[in-house]
Amino acid sequence: MGKLTFSMGGVHPHDSKYARECAIEELPLPQTVYVSMAQHLGAPAKPLVAVGDQVKVGQVIAEPGGFISAFIHSPASGTVKSIAPRKDLAGNPVMHVEIAVEGDEWDPAIDRSPELVTAIPDDKAAILERIKACGVVGLGGATFPTHVKLSPPPGKVAECLIINGAECEPFLTSDYRIMIERPKEIVIGAAIMQKVLGGCPCVIGIEENKPEGIARMHAAVAELGYPGIRVQVLKKRYPQGGEKQLIDAVMHRQVKSGGLPIDVGAVVQNVATSLAVYEAVQKNKPLITNVLTITGDTLPVEKQHNYLFRIGVPLSFIVEQAGGVPETAAKLISGGPMMGKAISNLDATTVKGSSSVLYLSDAATRRKAESNCIRCGKCADACPMGLEPFLLNRLYKAGDLDALEKNAAQDCIECGCCLYSCPANIPLLDHIRQAKGQVMGVIRARAAAAKAAAEAAKAAAETQK
Amino acid sequence: MDKKYIVSPNPHIHANVSTTSIMRDVIIALCPALVVSVLAYGWAELLVVAVSVASCVLLEWAVTRWMLKKPSTVGDLSAVVTGLLLAMNLPSAIPLWIVFIGAFVAICVAKLPFGGVGQNVFNPAITGRVFLLVSFPAQMTNWAPTKGFVPLPDAISGATPLGALKEALKSGSTIPEFMSANHYDMASFLWDAGASAGEISAGALIVGFVYLLIRRVVKPWIPLCILLTMAVISAIFHGVNPDLYTGVQFNLLTGGAMLGALFMATDYVTSPMSTLGGVIYGIGIGVIAMMIRYFGSYPEGMSFAILLMNCAVPLLNMWFHQKKYGRA
Repeated sequence: MGKLTFSMGGVHPHDSKYARECAIEELPLPQTVYVSMAQHLGAPAKPLVAVGDQVKVGQVIAEPGGFISAFIHSPASGTVKSIAPRKDLAGNPVMHVEIAVEGDEWDPAIDRSPELVTAIPDDKAAILERIKACGVVGLGGATFPTHVKLSPPPGKVAECLIINGAECEPFLTSDYRIMIERPKEIVIGAAIMQKVLGGCPCVIGIEENKPEGIARMHAAVAELGYPGIRVQVLKKRYPQGGEKQLIDAVMHRQVKSGGLPIDVGAVVQNVATSLAVYEAVQKNKPLITNVLTITGDTLPVEKQHNYLFRIGVPLSFIVEQAGGVPETAAKLISGGPMMGKAISNLDATTVKGSSSVLYLSDAATRRKAESNCIRCGKCADACPMGLEPFLLNRLYKAGDLDALEKNAAQDCIECGCCLYSCPANIPLLDHIRQAKGQVMGVIRARAAAAKAAAEAAKAAAETQK
Repeated sequence: MDKKYIVSPNPHIHANVSTTSIMRDVIIALCPALVVSVLAYGWAELLVVAVSVASCVLLEWAVTRWMLKKPSTVGDLSAVVTGLLLAMNLPSAIPLWIVFIGAFVAICVAKLPFGGVGQNVFNPAITGRVFLLVSFPAQMTNWAPTKGFVPLPDAISGATPLGALKEALKSGSTIPEFMSANHYDMASFLWDAGASAGEISAGALIVGFVYLLIRRVVKPWIPLCILLTMAVISAIFHGVNPDLYTGVQFNLLTGGAMLGALFMATDYVTSPMSTLGGVIYGIGIGVIAMMIRYFGSYPEGMSFAILLMNCAVPLLNMWFHQKKYGRA
């Protein structure tokens, strides 16, 4: 089968994957780790430990704070020093558990042997329970709790499990490295999720700029021989790894506005999530480590790294280990250059979704002065959702919420393609993000009002009886 | 962190295209046709181009700096493009003060009062040209070729092929008679006499346009629709009555059809945003241009056709949108 891609929009930034040859190195432990209680999508977790408690590596230290939430485990052994708010990388206060590291004593229930466990357990409920208990969340960016995503609502059937190895963001190489170094674990993780979803086919989508990753994954799939798993090569095009775009590319189906992937029979999980599922189910290892890329446009390759880090190690410690912030850095980013977040606070800790520390030089990142829109339409050509950013920008400035909703501002996935391709440097996404928030507010208020009206009518009907 | 770092939302990188880089590409794309016209018409043509470009740039600079008290926008090179396109639409023998008036109308009437680059409703160069055409009809249709650096084959003087044809038809001769009397053939259209600078060589214009396509500055739909529409209409009319109506080749290669379709109608600002809108816009230009050529009193109609369809662009933008993801 040929290379696939999504059907509309997209851009082709230089892939800049300078750290692709850097093998994964295990990062040492700092003296203190800070574990965030809000490192997944949904409700923050509730701490289960108290100041002064002794904890081991992998021990549960917080439980889910709601249905969409996740368990959190200690990444280190030692003593709980404090449970207090601390600033995250944007400077917002978030509850953290601070642990003074003493030695490296692991929870004995965790299988730390390197042996590959290839037999897939039979009990689906037990697998899901294990994934939940190990705090596995989506590592492709959204950090949505994996066990929730693997439990389709009644009446919905998964027709295809897509394992996302696109890694379409420039610079990032952590997914690439695990595909090279741990392909079999990823495939077993995929087979486990396939089992949970009722044995639907599984497609591992990888962009063409990772030939070695494709080869290793092919070999792993062939060697392990699970039925219904195959590797699909994708064209290099951003945002190929966006959930909606990947479904479009692989299944030729489009998720309706406001709908979920499962509505079109799709479940998408990242390769790193697949690895985490393997470790959770086969090794009983909770999600306490992940791989993070240290990279940048002016950073010499020998100073670039792919680190296996304990989740909760402060960013500043990792940056220190990698030789400090380079002189040329003008902007520090957590994540990729298209969708990552600017770091305003290096003391912030790492979370489950941390994928990189990216240094960009002034020349590469500073925004240029805005000028007149020349109506070239490049933003509309680039939008992978088929929106018209120039129009949404104008409607946002006019404050026309009705027209914004009609023109689907709420469908924006904030991929950044519009602003990336605008020759006039108009802050399209900045404005559309605001517009999207306002439109979502209107939609939610309308839904709430409709619900209230329906309940009032029901109550009125009851009293009449 | 002791040092101050930039903190702003995503995306953190840019494609490094700018209005200036796009305009620079358009200038490069116009170069082959410019070279041909200067070779054909010599110093006079070079002067027309120089005066046109210099007037456009100076006027834009003066108005933005002195009247609007704003940073000058001449750096974006859009005034240079307007100046070049205007010059390519003028005969080389035109008095230079008329060139200046054309530039004044383009910049100070069609462009800046609407808000400058990106805001104008009508294509500035065409507006300037049409203003000159209705104000100075004698000078604007004096196609006597000035002395060039390279001799032109089959040079005729006094009128463009379309203008000469219109006169010939009025005096009762038929198209085959006109064609045989004037030795028009394919070769002369690719390197032709008796035309404004931009109309000498369709070949050079096409080379420039292919450059724009390769650089992904423009998409081919609008020119394709214009030229196809003109081809279909002239094929039908010529098929029905070859004595009265000129054929496909003649219509596509004369009277600014190529310059208009490839470089004027594709102006970002004054053409529709959506592909379907562009298709309708292109068909509209083709139909109007051919109707003016066949039934109007002007020998050629590209400029009027483009200006008329410019008026329809806001409507086309309102009616036609891109296909959206996940919505029927």
